[in-house]
Amino acid sequence: MVERAEAAPVRLEAPRLGLIDRIRAAAMRHESIRGYALLSPTMVCMLVALAIPLAILVTLSFWTQNYLTYDRTFSFNNYIVYFEKPIYLKLLLKSVRISGAVTLATVLLAYPAAYFIAFKVKKNKLMWLILITVPFWTSYLLRVFAWKVVLGFNGVINSGLITLGVIDAPLEFILYNPTAVVITLAHAWAAFAILPIYVSLEKIDRSLLEAAADLGEGPVMSFLRVTLPLSMPGVIASSLLVFIPTTGDYVTPNLVGGPTGIMIGNIIASLFGKANNWPLGAATAIMSMLFITLVVCAFLWFTKQVRERVA
Amino acid sequence: MSDEHIISIRGVFKEFGGVKAVNDVNLEILRGEFFSLLGPSGCGKTTLLRMLAGFEAPTRGEIFIDEQAMSAIPPHRRPVNMVFQSYAIFPHLDVRGNIAFGMRKSGLPKSEINARVEEMLEMIKLPGYASRGATQLSGGERQRVALARALIKQPKVLLLDEPLGALDKKLREQMQLELRALQKSVGITFVFVTHDQEEALTMSDRVAVMSKGRVLQVEGPMGLYEQPTTRFVADFIGTMNFFDGTVRGGGNGATTIDAGVLGEVRAETKDGAFGAGSEIVVAIRPEKLRLTFEAPGDSVNVVQGRMGPAAYLGDRSHLYVYLTGRDEPVAVAMQNAGRSAVGIDRIDQPVWLSWDEDAIVLLAGE
Amino acid sequence: MSASWTQKRDRFGGLGVYTVIYLAFIYGPVLVLPVFSFNDSIYVAFPLKGFTLQWYEDMINNPGMLAALMNSLKVGGTVAVLSTILGTLAAKAVTRYRMPGRGPVVGFIMLPLVIPEIIMGIALLVMASTGGIPLSLLTIGVGHMLLCVPFAMVVMISRLEGFDKSLEEAGLDLGENPWWVFWRVTFPLAIPGLIASLMLTFTISFDEFILAFFLAGTDVTLPVFIWSQLRFPQKLPGVLALGATILTVTFIMITFAEWFRQRGDQARKSSSGGM
Repeated sequence: MVERAEAAPVRLEAPRLGLIDRIRAAAMRHESIRGYALLSPTMVCMLVALAIPLAILVTLSFWTQNYLTYDRTFSFNNYIVYFEKPIYLKLLLKSVRISGAVTLATVLLAYPAAYFIAFKVKKNKLMWLILITVPFWTSYLLRVFAWKVVLGFNGVINSGLITLGVIDAPLEFILYNPTAVVITLAHAWAAFAILPIYVSLEKIDRSLLEAAADLGEGPVMSFLRVTLPLSMPGVIASSLLVFIPTTGDYVTPNLVGGPTGIMIGNIIASLFGKANNWPLGAATAIMSMLFITLVVCAFLWFTKQVRERVA
Repeated sequence: MSDEHIISIRGVFKEFGGVKAVNDVNLEILRGEFFSLLGPSGCGKTTLLRMLAGFEAPTRGEIFIDEQAMSAIPPHRRPVNMVFQSYAIFPHLDVRGNIAFGMRKSGLPKSEINARVEEMLEMIKLPGYASRGATQLSGGERQRVALARALIKQPKVLLLDEPLGALDKKLREQMQLELRALQKSVGITFVFVTHDQEEALTMSDRVAVMSKGRVLQVEGPMGLYEQPTTRFVADFIGTMNFFDGTVRGGGNGATTIDAGVLGEVRAETKDGAFGAGSEIVVAIRPEKLRLTFEAPGDSVNVVQGRMGPAAYLGDRSHLYVYLTGRDEPVAVAMQNAGRSAVGIDRIDQPVWLSWDEDAIVLLAGE
Repeated sequence: MSASWTQKRDRFGGLGVYTVIYLAFIYGPVLVLPVFSFNDSIYVAFPLKGFTLQWYEDMINNPGMLAALMNSLKVGGTVAVLSTILGTLAAKAVTRYRMPGRGPVVGFIMLPLVIPEIIMGIALLVMASTGGIPLSLLTIGVGHMLLCVPFAMVVMISRLEGFDKSLEEAGLDLGENPWWVFWRVTFPLAIPGLIASLMLTFTISFDEFILAFFLAGTDVTLPVFIWSQLRFPQKLPGVLALGATILTVTFIMITFAEWFRQRGDQARKSSSGGM
């Protein structure tokens, strides 16, 4: 209801706006336009650098290598080879197994440390976190190389143990096999895996634990019934962030894997290198990506089922 | 106070994903007045204020400030300034840096700007604070710096978004009076958003009561309190007793109503306001009810009840009277003029309520 | 007298010991590099044979190494600046504006973090080859941008998220246009985050191997150079010296960046709001 004052003056009409003003008015009306305008340079670069190459990769996978040129007729040849030659699938499965083991080891090892910093450290949490995570940002190549040197035939462990008189001859089983790969990768990711777990533990409202204690639960049960479930998002995030890149790793299997420890990444690299069959390499890469995605989806579905059953 | 309208809001709507936060608002705000937007949270008052500032654009409708259309004018070019709810004091600048922030474009020499900053500091009663760091200020001090920062630019309109909400009660009351005095001395139009009806009534020339995106009534404080036009406004401002009734007849400046548990009511009204037989709501303020322990002589505008609990508030008492046929007690407010409080020890005793014809507000039945 | 319940709860205890061992596990193998870089032997084995700075001398006098170092600095510097700019723009857009489809957009930008690097490397390689683009430091730079922009965006999002939005609105309200508001309000407050982002992205680019390996032309970056040296046992200690140096410098840089970022957070938290 309008106040008692008289009729509104007629002289105020809706203004006639010029084009620039109309654009400006529209931009003000739709803040999503402004948002996307700001986002566009980044989006364009990412599209050019990521989407287009992937698209080309997919296209390439449907061509075949014809000695020195590409036969550009669309064919599923590469994919057929991929499934027929046992080595590719075997290697893919082995890679998934290895990175699965790495993920498991890394997350299990990182969790207690994350818990410690989140719950037991009162001052200087930052210092602990920095100490633990900084090594992750240093050269991955150098860290893998360090392990090669540590596990080697004449390496640190062997020469150390011999010097100490614990063993007579160097241990041969510690290098150039899948186990070495798992150890090295677990070490490489240990510094990083702790972060997502720490973040979700840190977010847990401490009064929830006090409530559990008040209601009669001891520390172990409180952990199992309150802390662990609430930290699951962090654990899952950590697992995914470790599992996915590890499956396609190249450096570690190359340096410490030996003939038995190679993974799918090495095959892809050689197809683009010495073996010189780019289309097959592309197909292998895409199949690996699809397979990894499948495994991840299965993992997420599985955790959702568990969560629903428990909750 | 000149009669010119400085702000015209015409048919303004604002939709957020299908929800109308502001629903067909038409307002004219006069130059130099202290105008408040009052309502519960979610009623659209802050959205409306932000549209005046330019941070939201109306989905439909137009806003004019000083007869200039604002639709294509971004916030940094509008002749208005805002005091934000969180104060938005720049943490990386000191007090002088904050207050002088908007003066960069003014072209004035530094000495002149500094002089003005000192003037503002005097005005907000924080002299000597110029070099103090922003992070060292208390809540009340931040609020004043935010005020000074906006006023130094001498805007045509000052917008205030619940600026006193974070302050404790005594400080808030003090600031209310100070803001009011400031507005009068500076002469700038203030548009003030609040959910606190006492605050709005204390400070404003006129108040627009809003609910669910609509403006229900625009009136001076006394008009809103004494003559609310909707049940929402009657209930939102102060306390109100409501009774359902049916109109019996009217004429000669009064209407007779059969008000159920309240008995027969005669109210002073303009002629022909409500037709016979129509449903109506009778509303009476607690302080307009007279409570006696003996029956007064009239047969109209009287009802008998039973004394309920009483609350002693020092300067006044809130008493509750039960009427037969009604669960909810009637709220009565009485000044404790004498030494002892009225009715404190009279629980369950029979009492009579009476009131004058002009003490009644009639509202359309809903 | 046994400890009270709260004392037991807060004790350093078993978990603390575990965490220290965890730290030792993380640092242990890495410390091999500095330790043996001073060792007077081309074999990385116990017992230690004596102190020498020979390997550091060799490293400094190696022209290939110096060239690779310059290349890494060039690429790292450029990538750091560009990815921080792009990441900041994206972070501002995402935190400041209501946009439909924001989730998928952010997800898309973060995609490089979850795609195995080797796949990104070959995808870019294929694109370069079909597009007739020769491999060079430029192609390496593009690859690194892909990796660094998401990181820059994440750092800047966490920085901008707690930012009082009304600070920028206040700037606008007081008469500054959006560019000036950025320079006078947003930028000064975002500087700690920007510095952290620059240092982080520089480090990522400097240390990155796989993408550089696939996308390098005649000019190589330092990690690729190191890789080429790994086949030669005599070059081994030189690599150790180089590695030890890189690790130390990176360590210092990242610690600094993290400290800077966290300190920025503290300042921001204590000053925002009108309460």
